[in-house]
Amino acid sequence: MNPFDFITQTLRIAVPYLFAASGGLVAERAGIVSLTLEGFMLSGAFTATLGSYYSGSPVIGVLAGAAGGLAFGLLHGIATVRFRADHVVSGIAVNLFVIGLTQVILMLLFDSSSNSPRVEGFQAGLSGFGDPLVWMGLASVPLVAFLLYKTPFGLRVQAAGEHPEAAASVGINVRFIRYVSVAISGVLAGLGGVYLALDQHQFTNNMTAGRGFIAIAAVIFGRWDPWRAGAACLLFAAAETLQIQLQGVGGIPSQFIQIIPYALTIVALAGLVGRAVAPAALGRAEE
Amino acid sequence: MNESLLRRAEEALLPPIVALLIALILGDVLILLFGESPLHVYGRMIEGAWGNPYGFAQVLYKTTTLTFAGLGIALALRAGLFNIGAEGQLAAGAFGAAVMGITLPAGTPALLAVPLCLLAAAAAGLLAGGLPGVLKTKFGAHEVIVTIMLNFVILALLNWVIVEHLRVADTLHTAEIRAGAVPRLSEFIPAFHGSATNVTFLFAMAAAAWCWWYLFRTPGGYALRATGLQPEAAEYSGIRVGRVWMKAMALAGVLAALGGTNFVLGYKHYYEDGFTGGSGFLAIAVAIVGRNHPFGVVLAAFFFATLSQGGLAIHALVPKQMVEVLQGVVILAMAASVPEVQRALRGARKAVAA
Repeated sequence: MNPFDFITQTLRIAVPYLFAASGGLVAERAGIVSLTLEGFMLSGAFTATLGSYYSGSPVIGVLAGAAGGLAFGLLHGIATVRFRADHVVSGIAVNLFVIGLTQVILMLLFDSSSNSPRVEGFQAGLSGFGDPLVWMGLASVPLVAFLLYKTPFGLRVQAAGEHPEAAASVGINVRFIRYVSVAISGVLAGLGGVYLALDQHQFTNNMTAGRGFIAIAAVIFGRWDPWRAGAACLLFAAAETLQIQLQGVGGIPSQFIQIIPYALTIVALAGLVGRAVAPAALGRAEE
Repeated sequence: MNESLLRRAEEALLPPIVALLIALILGDVLILLFGESPLHVYGRMIEGAWGNPYGFAQVLYKTTTLTFAGLGIALALRAGLFNIGAEGQLAAGAFGAAVMGITLPAGTPALLAVPLCLLAAAAAGLLAGGLPGVLKTKFGAHEVIVTIMLNFVILALLNWVIVEHLRVADTLHTAEIRAGAVPRLSEFIPAFHGSATNVTFLFAMAAAAWCWWYLFRTPGGYALRATGLQPEAAEYSGIRVGRVWMKAMALAGVLAALGGTNFVLGYKHYYEDGFTGGSGFLAIAVAIVGRNHPFGVVLAAFFFATLSQGGLAIHALVPKQMVEVLQGVVILAMAASVPEVQRALRGARKAVAA
């Protein structure tokens, strides 16, 4: 197999993971559990398709997709911050809600239970790198690393996730920080979904197919650090590329490649390859 | 009725009622968007689920799986553990029962074959649920993430076994079991003719009663509940919290796994890839709406089974996926209203007391 093709395909497969993992990382570092990434991605993919369909412009599609992710990010934020709902339960509800709602609206607008009509995407070129979303996805990791480690906002995010009471006592508005963080995670994960939809020029039911959970696996395997999480995304994407390229050649069954991200996450959590320690106040409402 | 009982009833029942009302209102909006009358649609839904023996029997069939899986989740939650792994545990249990049923020689008496199949399902569930429990206790690995990841691992491995080794050509299912099938309820109640509902339903009701007895009438159940309320305090009072966690997760896995036998032993008589179709996740809603009480779980399972059976009856008017939207809303409203309702009730009581 051509190493150049291998690298470009890996990067393209990694794009949705990089977007969603970067977003999930911000929310998790602020203390909000992000099992919602799957739903955020799917809503972003759906609204991007609508935006591009009705305007004929993929740029509008991107904006609409970001807005879709943002809306469900805020829903998760309101449930967990304002109403102190259990983060895991809210996450499951948001995912279920998005899967159902996208299908119902698909039926309502296009009278189809499986997919949207073809929509306009970006001119991706042969290698796929003409698509600006690929570059944005690759840029999301350094961007989030900068935001988290080099800005006052990032320090507040970390404080809100590690020790909200102490953060509040020095005048940090923990609720506000958490709202902004979960909004960022919604937008970024939404963009991951936008890439999928515009790349395939349509929305299909449940098209994210578990990618949001791979992204959360990357966050944990990366021990809640943007650089390491980004590397985990690339690793998982490389495994997938390998599986696609080896198809038909025989050897390792594809199911074994599929479980790599999940199995590695379990191993990482069990502390067998360096301990994965979550932010101290993850999932806890501030008092 | 004394005051504390009334207070408990208020705190237990208000959040589900609030959640259902919110879901009902959102459902109205969606139905109106499709240009249908909400009353007409809800009427058809109830009619399809409860209005004829076949529909009602199908509701009971769906209640069975959801009760088992919901009990597993509720029991773990009582111990303070969130078991998101019911989807994988259901599949593992169904697979275990199917393998046992295929292995046993044809003509094995039911009195021997059925318990053996149930045992095989339970053993599979013990592994699937026990592993996260052990990882939690011995290594501190968070059970939420482990059970989610384990779902993917179990389903992918089962898919591999079926596709590569055990399937009947051109299908995604195993051969039929030779022993261990349980009779359908239609053999005793002819009106249920054609429905998949079977004796496993009675097992599910028995499991709910057992869970109630275990949680509220045994020392083990007391230790489990104490652990869930305050693990540190439980540890100080001499309860070995780690052991309780492992036991609770193992038990949760067994209960969910038994739910898988509803499909294999009672309905299709084979294991089919992907048969769970999200029941394990819906069961989380069942446990939460049932407020983690075994009898609440049964009621909630019946409610969600009604929704899903009713959803089939309205498909001509509005997409049946509307039911998924409503399920999401019920869970979200429920999760958000529990802390809120408790705070409001306490505020109101203070105001009355002052």
